[in-house]
Amino acid sequence: MADASAPRPDTSRPLSPHLTIYRPMLTMAMSIVHRITGAALYLGTLLLAWWLIAVASGPNAYAIFQSAASSAIGRLVLFCYTWALIHHMLGGIRHFVWDLGYGFGPSEREWLVRANLFGSITLTLLLWVFVYIVTGGLR
Amino acid sequence: MTMRSPLGTVRGLGTAKSGTEHFWRQRLTAVANVPLTLAGVVIVIALVGRNHAAAVQILGSPLVAVLMLLFILSISIHMRIGMQVIIEDYVHEEKTKLVLILLNTFYVVAVGLAAAYAILKLSFGV
Repeated sequence: MADASAPRPDTSRPLSPHLTIYRPMLTMAMSIVHRITGAALYLGTLLLAWWLIAVASGPNAYAIFQSAASSAIGRLVLFCYTWALIHHMLGGIRHFVWDLGYGFGPSEREWLVRANLFGSITLTLLLWVFVYIVTGGLR
Repeated sequence: MTMRSPLGTVRGLGTAKSGTEHFWRQRLTAVANVPLTLAGVVIVIALVGRNHAAAVQILGSPLVAVLMLLFILSISIHMRIGMQVIIEDYVHEEKTKLVLILLNTFYVVAVGLAAAYAILKLSFGV
């Protein structure tokens, strides 16, 4: 391939249409959602590091983190992070099934994406209800 | 039958340069992430609403600390590769792409090291 950083003349070649012509299907939506949840988790790792550094820094830093985490915004962020984590994990399992060579048939792949989405929503809700019950609500 | 010259293969020339290690490493860390994330979630739940002393004690205990370190290591490798793929897919201007790929690695190393440092500090009790 020629030197990619050399200035190129603006040859805007036509692309095949994609988003404009495809009927939206759950499979393709889940594919991009898998990527989006991955990127969201990537950013959310900052929160994980913040939490751990706060614990290691002392009670004052920890108190600041705790109050942020139990605020309305904090709980919303944690809830979304939980869903993104579970959804991305189930999506990863879905990809692993495909890596092994299974689940490519028309009904199988539909089942996999439905199980992915339904599973992530259900498990997120179950987890949060469970934690609320066990801990008596986040303080 | 490959179009690459032997020299090109050896030098890793061509747009993809390499790929098998990333593919495998992503699967490896993905599989490791399943039990490690479950462990991490359990640890987080165990700390919900607890005070600072409890958090220090739990996160500093050997089993929890080792699990958290493994978790941090595995997700760091996994997210670096993942984000690199996203950057390579959407950014085509060469200089911007290189800068973003550098920043990706720096971000992952910084965040991962910070988190690991916190765990080590807690477990060594300093």
